Amino acid sequence: MMNLESGSRPGQRAGKLARALGWFSIGLGAAEFLAPRVTARAVGMRGSEGVVKAYGAREIATGVAILATKNPTPFVWGRVLGDVLDLATLGVHARRGTAMKAGLAIAAVAGVAALDVACAKALSKKPREAVRDYSDRRGMPKPADEMRGAARADFEAPRDMRIPAALRPYPLLNDEVQPTRH
Amino acid sequence: MKALCWHGKHDVRCETVPDPTIEHPRDAIIKVSSCAICGSDLHLFDGFMPGMESGDILGHEFMGEVVEVGADNRKLKVGDRVVVPFTICCGECEQCRRGNFSVCERSNRNKDVADKVFGHTTAGLFGYTHMTGGYAGGQAEYVRVPYADVAPVKIPDGLTDEQVLFLGDIFPTGWQAAVQCDIEPTDTVAIWGAGPVGQFAIRSAILLGAKQVICIDNIPERLSMARAGGAITINFDEESVLERLKDLTDGKGPEKCIDSVGMEAHVTRSIDSIYDRAKQALMLESDRPHVLREMIYVCRPGGILSVPGVYGGLVDKIPFGALMNKGLTLRTGQTHVNRWTDDLLHRIQIGQIDPSFVITHTVDLDDGPEMYKTFRDKEDGCIKVVLKPQGIQSQGASA
Repeated sequence: MMNLESGSRPGQRAGKLARALGWFSIGLGAAEFLAPRVTARAVGMRGSEGVVKAYGAREIATGVAILATKNPTPFVWGRVLGDVLDLATLGVHARRGTAMKAGLAIAAVAGVAALDVACAKALSKKPREAVRDYSDRRGMPKPADEMRGAARADFEAPRDMRIPAALRPYPLLNDEVQPTRH
Repeated sequence: MKALCWHGKHDVRCETVPDPTIEHPRDAIIKVSSCAICGSDLHLFDGFMPGMESGDILGHEFMGEVVEVGADNRKLKVGDRVVVPFTICCGECEQCRRGNFSVCERSNRNKDVADKVFGHTTAGLFGYTHMTGGYAGGQAEYVRVPYADVAPVKIPDGLTDEQVLFLGDIFPTGWQAAVQCDIEPTDTVAIWGAGPVGQFAIRSAILLGAKQVICIDNIPERLSMARAGGAITINFDEESVLERLKDLTDGKGPEKCIDSVGMEAHVTRSIDSIYDRAKQALMLESDRPHVLREMIYVCRPGGILSVPGVYGGLVDKIPFGALMNKGLTLRTGQTHVNRWTDDLLHRIQIGQIDPSFVITHTVDLDDGPEMYKTFRDKEDGCIKVVLKPQGIQSQGASA
């Protein structure tokens, strides 16, 4: 099993593998989408060019999503689901005469699927807990509830940063605290 | 002298460069005692800000001792201890006289470029893109301060560097973000981003009397610090921001929203953030405005959006129809630092706030390049890095 958790930064290797899988997805998807007949023949699915083309579009979309986001985890899991679909489709279409081609394709997909699962599991590890405790970093001498509004006594917002009086909302009679008027 | 120099995307080096000299009679040379890495430095580090050149000295949050002054500088004298605001301002143009220091008309020496890109120039900035003047920054042992008879803030005795350093940028930035919200005691203020500016925005909103402050992020340490400052927190990895904001505001949405994230919003599982990342990768969009979209969507009609987060260029798919029809007010801009420095220095002196709470790492300047990575990746609980160009040992600083 690949160790995807080592490296100078946690998850760094899994992230790199995800990017590689993203590019692989786009490459495979482009081949399926642009040359469905050739691809279908290669995996023993002659006559199912439409399915191959649709799967190609799926691969491209997944690949772009993996590369475009900082959190590729859901999309790598998406690849795992895609692998299951690919394997099922190959199994259904495997016929006598094309069994060798289909078998090779199934083996290849299974290999990539293992990689996908390993990558998705590594990425899905729970985010780290807080490594430092900043619960005492208040920055104010008293708790927030006691400091609330402390600056209002001696601070007036400059005119250009205030809502003009005529545009200011009317105060509500049931407001617990009446809004101030500058 | 030693300085942190930019050499390209993800390439910052601590190098020996020539010492700065007085170039204009209003200049001063500062021996930097403390400087910091700012979130907007990461936009340079990550290569999102155009107009950088190899060898540029970084850093716009710094303070130190005046060691040389130009002949016409009547404000400073050798030995003064000063914090230098990140915006360079002349103090004489129409914008400066109106207090709009961050859009000074004269301090950007590459004004022509800024005029073309933004329509009008903005102020010169230290250690930033050549679009804002290309001035050498303060992550160095020494720095030249142009127009040094205007912006630098003299620091009285009895205050540590850690207490006052952030008067140069992030404290006034968080404060202005809250002031722009025109906070009423009945308001809920929602703040996206629990980084250093977000932390100061939280405390500013509390001091300005907001009934409820909510902070949205996904980093446990940052959320913990936000709670310490009085915010209710939402971890967007664990719960729906829209649903939780609805719950906390009786379905009405926050009256005031602050974007302290800016152009590099996290790519989450939301469709729009994935779309932004893909467009940015294809160079069809320079910034990722997920937070702006979310704020426009959740803000209560008639509310205010305040944007201290830095944006650099073009954004896409902004729901302006919602912004217009909901009657929202949008206030933004680089911080007019000197509008606030006297008042905030006073608040530090009387103990109303101690900005040092935000510092999580203090290191020598030599360790700066590594700390850029640590800060960018939010590792080791990193929220704010302070660098000591004269050596950490000499100043007795602590991590």
